[in-house]
Amino acid sequence: MGNIYRLETPLKEEDVVKLRIGDKVLLSGIVYTARDAAHKRLIDLIEKNESLPIGLEGQVIYYVGPSPAPPGRPIGAAGPTTSYRMDPYAPTLIAHGIRGMIGKGKRSKEVVEAMVKHKAVYFGATGGAGALISQSIREAGIIAYEDLGPEAIWRFKVVDLPVIVVNDTMGNDLYEQGKERFRI
Amino acid sequence: MKDIHCQEIISTVKRLFIEANTELGQDMLDAFKSALAKEESPVGQDILNQLMENARLAKETKVPICQDTGLAVVFVELGQDVHVVGGGLKDAIEEGVRQGYREGYLRKSACHPFTRKNTGDNTPAVIYIDVVPGEQVKIIAVPKGGGSENMSRIYMLSPAMGIKGVKEKVLETVREAGPNPCPPTIIGVGIGGTFEQAALQAKKALLRPVGEPNPDPEIDRLEREWLEEINRLGIGPQGLGGRITSLSVHIHILPCHIASLPVAINVQCHANRHKVAVL
Ligand code: SF4
Repeated sequence: MGNIYRLETPLKEEDVVKLRIGDKVLLSGIVYTARDAAHKRLIDLIEKNESLPIGLEGQVIYYVGPSPAPPGRPIGAAGPTTSYRMDPYAPTLIAHGIRGMIGKGKRSKEVVEAMVKHKAVYFGATGGAGALISQSIREAGIIAYEDLGPEAIWRFKVVDLPVIVVNDTMGNDLYEQGKERFRI
Repeated sequence: MKDIHCQEIISTVKRLFIEANTELGQDMLDAFKSALAKEESPVGQDILNQLMENARLAKETKVPICQDTGLAVVFVELGQDVHVVGGGLKDAIEEGVRQGYREGYLRKSACHPFTRKNTGDNTPAVIYIDVVPGEQVKIIAVPKGGGSENMSRIYMLSPAMGIKGVKEKVLETVREAGPNPCPPTIIGVGIGGTFEQAALQAKKALLRPVGEPNPDPEIDRLEREWLEEINRLGIGPQGLGGRITSLSVHIHILPCHIASLPVAINVQCHANRHKVAVL
């Protein structure tokens, strides 16, 4: 594993350009959730030049569809969902200021290129570690598109959310390079 | 003849789904531990540690192991001398799923294939009933997540492709799946039978505890050999590179038509959840 960093959102350019694939990051601050349906609505608004329900500058988007909150907890299990479904929308959001995405699974060439161009990173959270990740989420509330149910946009206040840098601003890809390194 | 009231089936199915989603079996916990001893990648080791901690936390806090609490797959072995009273067996299973997903705060993931409208209560369950001798009912609850199910494959091979052809398909499936099914995975392989039987055998093969050898020594040897080859791919925990891509390969074989060689590969993520009850 590379370095271990503690970062606060919103992320600045200098926060992300130092990151390299394999680095572990403990993220704190606000992250917003969004899945396909919410992405589509954000992009529609951008295309129509209308204002968005969340500011994008420096923000981190978490691809997740949590399980319902049991009594006394802000949220249920909240591990990442597979990211490729967001690939058609991600480059536009990156161009409009987001600095980080959290999910699982490979990203398209277009998303990787947008990350290099606009200085953003893709973090992998551990798929299926829903109970563990839930511990890092201290507050949770829906802030837009409640009608989308589990696909609404949530605002999470997180403390030390554990993620790993999968794509950095240099165009590296841990899925590719990690596999190469351990292939026999 | 033994009477079993459908209320008992409802409450059992409900309990099994809640438990399956929050308590990982000892076989998986042991498998994580031995995987950690073998994993050389520091990132991979970190992931395996997270998975063990996740299992501990899920059990302690009753927050599900994974937010994808699955479609509700239920295998029933129904003794032929059992009489279900007070209602229908299938209705009771559906009701148990409904209650379990509601009261256990589990995510409802069943929807219409085109409109994507959620059914709202995680039904219909996916129910397989076998009639067996005796006067017991065995119920196995298997929440099956979408990420790993999506990476599963079925092929109707030409018989000439033989063992080598089947192995290539297994390796290809795991390679193409990469990080998507949340490795480390368990690979269920159903070989033979008809088209649908191969798939069902692959899923049933996943029910065998990880670490328990196949009773057939010849198949056991194949399972070990294929696992070794899978783990040479380098995919590793979460696909971030490493030695441990899969924890186990489970093969079920059935006779097939003289013209066919069906093979189904059902990929199971590390959230390998199932719970059994016998009534
Ligand atoms: S593949 Fe399994 S562990 Fe991964 S998100 Fe889906 S259900 Fe959870």
